[in-house]
Amino acid sequence: MISGVRETRRDKAFLICNYIYVFLAFLIVLYPLVYIISASISNPKLVASGAMWLWPKGITFEGYKRVFANTSIWTGYGNTILYTAVGTAINLAVTLPAAYALSRKDFVGRNFFMGMFMVTMFFGGGLVPTYLLVKQLGMINTMWAIVVPSAASIWNIIVSRTFFQGSIPKELQEAAQIDGCTNMRLFIRIILPLSLPIIAVMALFYGVGNWNSYFSALIYLNDSAKYPLQLVLRQILVLQEMAAQGGGAIDVSTAVSMNSKAEIAALVKYAVIIVATVPVIAIYPFLQRYFVQGVLIGSVKG
Amino acid sequence: MQDAKAAVAGYPTLKPGKGKNSIWNKIARNWELYIFIAPAFFYFLIFCYGPMYGIQIAFKNFIPTKGITGSPWVGFDHFIRFFHSYYFGNLLWNTLTISLYSLAVGFPVPIVLALAFNEVRNGFFKKLAQTVTYAPHFISMVVMAGMIITFLSPSTGIVIHLLKAFGLGAPDFLTDPGWFKTMYVLSDVWQSAGWGTIIYLAALSGVDPGLHEAAIIDGASRLQRVRHINIPTLVPTMVILFILNMGSLLGVGYEKILLLQNPLNMTSSDVISTFVYRSGLVDSQYSFSTAVGLFNSVINAALLVVSNQIIRRTSENSLW
Repeated sequence: MISGVRETRRDKAFLICNYIYVFLAFLIVLYPLVYIISASISNPKLVASGAMWLWPKGITFEGYKRVFANTSIWTGYGNTILYTAVGTAINLAVTLPAAYALSRKDFVGRNFFMGMFMVTMFFGGGLVPTYLLVKQLGMINTMWAIVVPSAASIWNIIVSRTFFQGSIPKELQEAAQIDGCTNMRLFIRIILPLSLPIIAVMALFYGVGNWNSYFSALIYLNDSAKYPLQLVLRQILVLQEMAAQGGGAIDVSTAVSMNSKAEIAALVKYAVIIVATVPVIAIYPFLQRYFVQGVLIGSVKG
Repeated sequence: MQDAKAAVAGYPTLKPGKGKNSIWNKIARNWELYIFIAPAFFYFLIFCYGPMYGIQIAFKNFIPTKGITGSPWVGFDHFIRFFHSYYFGNLLWNTLTISLYSLAVGFPVPIVLALAFNEVRNGFFKKLAQTVTYAPHFISMVVMAGMIITFLSPSTGIVIHLLKAFGLGAPDFLTDPGWFKTMYVLSDVWQSAGWGTIIYLAALSGVDPGLHEAAIIDGASRLQRVRHINIPTLVPTMVILFILNMGSLLGVGYEKILLLQNPLNMTSSDVISTFVYRSGLVDSQYSFSTAVGLFNSVINAALLVVSNQIIRRTSENSLW
């Protein structure tokens, strides 16, 4: 920002050290990501022996073939898309109107509602009482157990409220009301169209959260046909129950070259990590600005 | 669609007599706002306050057929049983050490990284480094655990190969209890340090450029400017985040630990929250597990209040 000032030798040394430091941090984060991509298309023998350590070696797409042939992964994918879509729709429908109401200074009771919501940030019923409640409501083993108990997050309500307070001119609301516009029409016709940035931020925050969550599915679902992707991944990656036996038939030459089931299982692991993470990582660079914006709006006043 | 009703409700706004702005007037005029807040209100009431009502089973012997209200009271029996159990000390120790370890390592890293990002003058490199370091934040817990397990698995994991290439011994990270906490904390830093810089970078972008200009004229070096301008700017943010972290000292998340836990590393990986999950939902000891969970959340809330008080006494930054 201030150019023209000559850097002293000490400043130059500091800058160089700083660049090295940032570059190292960059490499440490990047390396595992590159490694996984490379490993997912490399010969599993070379991966296991450590001969493949950066760029792909002995390229094979067998891992992806296996992943795409695996029906439980596809079912999981479908379920996750469904849960994410329904869950995020519910999240938005609960969060945005509530946040807008809370942003209105003339809303009698806003402090009561805000206080009531905030308490849940610091104290909650805990795992078992929540589980018993969901059970009592008859939601166990249904999609509703996944999407309803996490219908809103107080943090996201605060972020949206801050946005509505700061970015929508108050005069707009007053003018609309003088013209006899109801709050409902005001919200739908005027406020929401002006709030696309916060809608995007909220959809992304909730959407990624829903896509990545596994715990509520783990405790509430017991029918494996309803499992979301993350639970299927858990079986493959963590419990190591890979179905090297499942999936499509492989041709003889590949079967000979990778005769060990363990190797195929390892190859599938890398491929499945990519397949499961691609939707989130693919949208991320384009929407990074929105994600960052969301964090920033929230940090203005927590 | 409700034009008739709306017209009636909207009517008072046509003559906003300043003296007549009574509370009832305001409520009647904004009745729709209560519809807006209703879903969130009922959500929090049912799914956050509902379970709080259920906490009473911590003081009862919960019998599913009798329900929450019908089960007999037993007072503090479950708590006493927990405090006297042989695993109590170990659970508390693991929970505290994992939290403090995370805090000691994970708290400073984003601060230093943000200060470093802030000094990078090359716009493209800065953006690239930020984009890449933010990315792991979006990796799910399950995939993260899968990556850890695959990278560290004996004889085939890449970390093991790299350690051997540098001539270092490779311990059994996954099964050696001595390595569990380090594995947990460092992988957490890898995943979240980049994302954690955002909030600090925002604070840094608010620094008045005039301060830097004045410092440059006074002959301050870059390092001195970082120390005397940038770091003090971050202090309020650090304090707030620190209080929030103190509040979750016993709230080590079960989501990741549960995935990395195995029978061999249990002695150092079992924390209160995973124990609550196991005793409550796996072994169905509903009342006992609720008692343990309640103990945990009471301590958390107390820690939050205490650390906020201490900080409020010593500086003007506090949560409330």
